[in-house]
Amino acid sequence: MAEQKYYLPQPSHWPLVGSVGLFTTTFGFAMALPSKSGDPIGSLAMMYIGMAILAYMLFGWFSTVIRESESGKYNAQVDMSFRMGMMWFIFSEVMFFAAFFGALFYARQLSVPWLAGADPGTNELLWKGFEKSWPLLSTPEMAVKPEAELTFAKAKDVIGAWGVPFYNTLILLTSGVTVTFAHWALKKQNRSALIFWLLATVVLGFLFVTLQAGEYGEAYKHLNLKLSSGIYGTTFFMLTGFHGLHVTIGATMLLIMLFRAIKGHFTPEHHFAFEAAAWYWHFVDVVWLGLFIFVYWL
Amino acid sequence: MSDNHHHDHPTGIKRWLFTTNHKDIGTLYLWFSFIMLLIGGAFAMVIRAELMYPGMQIVDPNFFNMMTTMHGLVMVFGAIMPSTVGLANWCIPMMIGAPDMALPRMNNWSFWILPFAATMLVAPMFMGGHFMSGQGPAFGWTFYEPLSGQNDKLAFFVFAVHLLGISSIMGSINIIATILNMRAPGMTLMKMPMFVWTWLITAFLLIAVMPVLAGAVTMMLTDKYFGTSFFNAAGGGDPVLFQHVFWFFGHPEVYIMILPAFGIVSQIIPTFARKKLFGYASMVYATAAIAFLSFIVWAHHMFTVGMPVAGELYFTYATVMIAVPTAVKVFNWTATMWKGAMTFETPMLWAIAFVILFTIGGFTGLMLGVATSDFQYQDTYFVVAHFHYVLVTGALFAIIGAVYYWLPKWTGHMYDEKLSKLHFWMSTISVNVLFFPQHFLGLEGMPRRIPDYNPMFADWNFVSSIGGFVFGASQILFLFIVIKTIRGGAKATSQVWEGAEGLEWTVASPAPYHTFENPPAIK
Repeated sequence: MAEQKYYLPQPSHWPLVGSVGLFTTTFGFAMALPSKSGDPIGSLAMMYIGMAILAYMLFGWFSTVIRESESGKYNAQVDMSFRMGMMWFIFSEVMFFAAFFGALFYARQLSVPWLAGADPGTNELLWKGFEKSWPLLSTPEMAVKPEAELTFAKAKDVIGAWGVPFYNTLILLTSGVTVTFAHWALKKQNRSALIFWLLATVVLGFLFVTLQAGEYGEAYKHLNLKLSSGIYGTTFFMLTGFHGLHVTIGATMLLIMLFRAIKGHFTPEHHFAFEAAAWYWHFVDVVWLGLFIFVYWL
Repeated sequence: MSDNHHHDHPTGIKRWLFTTNHKDIGTLYLWFSFIMLLIGGAFAMVIRAELMYPGMQIVDPNFFNMMTTMHGLVMVFGAIMPSTVGLANWCIPMMIGAPDMALPRMNNWSFWILPFAATMLVAPMFMGGHFMSGQGPAFGWTFYEPLSGQNDKLAFFVFAVHLLGISSIMGSINIIATILNMRAPGMTLMKMPMFVWTWLITAFLLIAVMPVLAGAVTMMLTDKYFGTSFFNAAGGGDPVLFQHVFWFFGHPEVYIMILPAFGIVSQIIPTFARKKLFGYASMVYATAAIAFLSFIVWAHHMFTVGMPVAGELYFTYATVMIAVPTAVKVFNWTATMWKGAMTFETPMLWAIAFVILFTIGGFTGLMLGVATSDFQYQDTYFVVAHFHYVLVTGALFAIIGAVYYWLPKWTGHMYDEKLSKLHFWMSTISVNVLFFPQHFLGLEGMPRRIPDYNPMFADWNFVSSIGGFVFGASQILFLFIVIKTIRGGAKATSQVWEGAEGLEWTVASPAPYHTFENPPAIK
């Protein structure tokens, strides 16, 4: 019989576990969010149980895939399917960030100028005295309501671009280089260099997250810049927050690659998981550049 | 590596829960969407019962709003979209000569998120006292801010949309990877059946816009629960921003629902006209052109929101441009039938009805696409009539046609030709009784999404409701026909249809559990 070309995986219970995990997490979260009939404690417990199920699923599913991969079951075609899957997944992430960048540009170019009088009716009738500025520290509401009645937190200042954010830019760009060094080392079968550069990347990644968390603390405690500080605080925290979450995910992926490298996984020809994590890392890097330019700098 | 094949798969419930087989998963998708069709249809029956006469008869206004909202959401996200994914699962691997989908386990996950997402969506309907005062979504399927932000159980809706989005994105990634990576040698892109092409482009649209929808509902969530001000003018945001983000998703979404239908019709018509599809290449390019244009026309859904004149003009011109590639398609379908040796088996009837009735919906779309005339029709029953012509007599008719077309391949049995023709004629007559008068109601000024109306609209609403009940009942007949076909009937040949071409007609009926273990030869 001719050699069969196709690989088909065995049936698996992990997808169903994942669905149960997703449902439990989000249902618990939805119940925990403030509402008249909510039961926050039980709901939060449900959410954490859901997250534990999700973690269990990710661990189990990836263990299965890694085991199958290491035992040589995956051929070039499977490898290509994985590559395409990762590529299009990253594209979907790009579009998710595009929605929030779109909101940022809309606020800066359209809604804030309109509220400030580019659309005269709105300003005259509703927000008389509101003037446009960016970063927007004084919201339209602050122009028409006394301090005591404000629903938005009045920020004293914003995080400047050339302090920690600039160092964070250098850190992420450097980590993009170190992950490439790690890839070269992998291709040259230099395992200790692979481990070294991968470790450096992971350290830089988590350093970024730590510095970012420090900035958040600074903003909340000293600058009174919050999610609820109007559209500037909104776009600032939502964009950098989702980015920070993605950096954490990317760094975790790289950390797992580090463990696998230490265990002796990957060959110069066969290391898609490493490449996927590296692609993802470059993606969060590029998003950060957009953030640095449009959120912090300009 | 023979151990990769013929592995025993679990039986009973575990077969369906753990399956990695594209045919099993396709079947799951199709049954799920059928159940959703019946649930969404039941909601529609409530709407038509309340609107049968002027005045408030059956439900209270909040419940009515919940019905219009849930009808839209269930039909769009529960019935139409999953059914085309089900068809893609069943057919694409067979059509391109692949053994299965590229990422079979993720395929299972894409499906098994759906029942959980549907549960999340309907759960709030049962929260808060008795059924009629449920707190389910009652803000319209487009969930405009700031109205939607006032719903106490908004988070459930938001997470339901997130889950649906995850499912759609994974499903689409799988379809793209399958089409680009799993084609049998010799199956070049320009040899692919049109259904495969339309799904390739649909999947691209889905991956591009579902994350934007996820962004939109995330903004709703943080606005309501975490103090952000995306859609709050007092904080410098704008409720109109919601409409922009929503329709950036929403307009491609309508092509996500209709492009697979175009693909289905492009498979059925050549089979029963016994001619090759006229203008195959132009069909491919037209599909791509429609997909491209779908990204740059979104604001024609919001002409009356208060836009600069330049915006009104741009979105008008861009919108009517879509008529060009769409007309190319309608022309090609007609030209395929021209001088063909036509026979009128049930799938062909649905396809022909699609071409005629979808075109009516396309024409009213042109009327709505021009800003100056849209000012008159915005938020009236004319809009309701328009999108039901494109989605019911368009997308749904094509999907039902597809079920009749491939049912013999799936089950190994021919369906009951007499009953299926009865189903077709009942549906086609009643659907026009149902929706055509809604054009008149809209032109006379009847607003959509209201439980009560001026008595001047009474006559056509009565007619419309009668049409609605008959159309609803006809789909019960459809369910009966499908079950009857699964349980028995005349044995189907491999070829099934005399004029059918394509790899799926070269394998036995019912198609074997694993179709192509080795790549088939492509002519």
